[in-house]
Amino acid sequence: MNILHVENLTKHFKEIKAVDDLSFSVKKGEVYGFLGQNGAGKSTTIRMLLTLIKPASGSIHVFGKDLRDNRKTILKNVGAIIEKPDLYKYLTAFENLKLMAQLSGCRCSKQELMNQLERVGLSERADSKVKTFSQGMKQRLGIACALIHDPELIILDEPANGLDPHGIADMRNLILHLSKNEGKTILISSHLLSEIELIADSMLIIDKGKKVAEGSVSVLLNPSDTLVEIETTNDALTKTEIGNSKWAEYLQHGDRILLKMHRQSIPELNKHLVYAGIDVTNIQAKHSLENYFLSLTTGNQHVATYQD
Amino acid sequence: MWQLIRIELFKIFKKPRTYIAFGAIAAIVFLIQFAFYSDGDEYMAFLLKSVNETFTLEGKLLNGYFICYIILQTLLLHVPLLIALVSGDMIAGEANMGTLRLLASKPVSRTGLILSKFIAATVYTLALLTFMAILSLFGSMLIFGVSDLIVFKTEMFVVLESDDVFWRYIAAYGFAALSMITVSSLAFFLSVFAENSIGPIIGAMSIVLICTILISMDIPFFTEMKPFLFVNHMLNWKGFFDRPVDYAEVLKSALVLIFHIILFVSLTIFVFKRKDILS
Repeated sequence: MNILHVENLTKHFKEIKAVDDLSFSVKKGEVYGFLGQNGAGKSTTIRMLLTLIKPASGSIHVFGKDLRDNRKTILKNVGAIIEKPDLYKYLTAFENLKLMAQLSGCRCSKQELMNQLERVGLSERADSKVKTFSQGMKQRLGIACALIHDPELIILDEPANGLDPHGIADMRNLILHLSKNEGKTILISSHLLSEIELIADSMLIIDKGKKVAEGSVSVLLNPSDTLVEIETTNDALTKTEIGNSKWAEYLQHGDRILLKMHRQSIPELNKHLVYAGIDVTNIQAKHSLENYFLSLTTGNQHVATYQD
Repeated sequence: MWQLIRIELFKIFKKPRTYIAFGAIAAIVFLIQFAFYSDGDEYMAFLLKSVNETFTLEGKLLNGYFICYIILQTLLLHVPLLIALVSGDMIAGEANMGTLRLLASKPVSRTGLILSKFIAATVYTLALLTFMAILSLFGSMLIFGVSDLIVFKTEMFVVLESDDVFWRYIAAYGFAALSMITVSSLAFFLSVFAENSIGPIIGAMSIVLICTILISMDIPFFTEMKPFLFVNHMLNWKGFFDRPVDYAEVLKSALVLIFHIILFVSLTIFVFKRKDILS
């Protein structure tokens, strides 16, 4: 069952297309990684999921309901951190948490609020003002605020930002615990492939607002697959043929046709395209998929072009 | 909605900057009271110099009612800044802190969010004016006692009997509240466009200042504009100290102010509902 289903989502900021015809689905109980370098369109997408930004076109369905028509009902069951934890610095940790609980429609007792602070290791600082907190403590309090109303869907935008390695490990363990033990569905955005690889079941990679790849982490990062670039005389027909094939997956990336496939299947691909009446002018196995995805998430195109 | 208003009030009264206004008003009121307590007779002698040539005025003219009138005249020019300090921060301050995106992603309607913020800012405005009224009216009555009130107008003066004054102050404070809520709604409206509170605060004050200059200039073009400028109507609390009170004029000014409040709040809701929150 899909908890979240996004279809043909598009958003422009003047002439800039921040999100371009993006579609993806998140299944119940999975940790879904949302990868892309800074400026790829992750935060814009997440803001659209949280109704902070209005899409130019496309639809968003959460829990099977249209977000536009069921905003309040849906958001009651969603917890989120957007970019960095949003907290009132002049309030204490307890006051912040209580306020967030009230805003989320949760009537939590003092004990429940304290338990939540205990869960993120902040119970001893409950009465300290947030302005005295380190970035890591703010992030932990942000998590507590996002989870206080026990949401079914949790959206975390770059939750590892500003955390030290110990904090990142804690965050990772918490996400895994929420997913495996509490059955929460988690959408987590990051520009770190290594981080997503460790916690996500599925992932979506976007670049310049467009989907590059989507699928289970184990399949997408299958070491036996390779990245193949192909040039033909008929790009449109090539894309259709590849879309119909079972042994190659088309990865969108600008005007180039990039495929994810076994290296051994390259001759078969060539034959298939020729039989379909397409003249192939160039087929090139580029490098490992991991390096390619790494290049998309770090912005280091050098990796994509020259490394193998 | 009630829950949202409570949350907004909690935030306002937890914020240190809220108390700057209360501190400033207390300081100004006490300074004026102290100045009149020590040198009041000299000031009154100077003020009544020309009047005494034609009239004989008896009784205790330097009394609590008179001091309160002076304080009101002085403070109501400066209180808008103190009001804008909080109202201009209501939306822009949240955008600056990054908490606006948090609020807007919660299961509350954007209209409800704006209305609760405006109501909370209004409560703050009323609290500030009540505080000012207690210090200036009751404080002065306590220190200087009560007697007939003499009010100096441009080319005349009005003497109001002691037992005919108190209700006028209550009405004047009520009208002043309406004026200050108008300034609050203006700062609130400007706040929806900004990502830090300095802009809306300066913007609101600039508009009030420019309008004040326009209405004080005796140029026919500006004179024709006067009835349409809300600032022109803000000072009509003084109408309650006329004899007789021109209720039609006071009511007209009150309606102009209410119209502006509704206009600014409606525009804020309209803009905020369509706004992409990028902060």
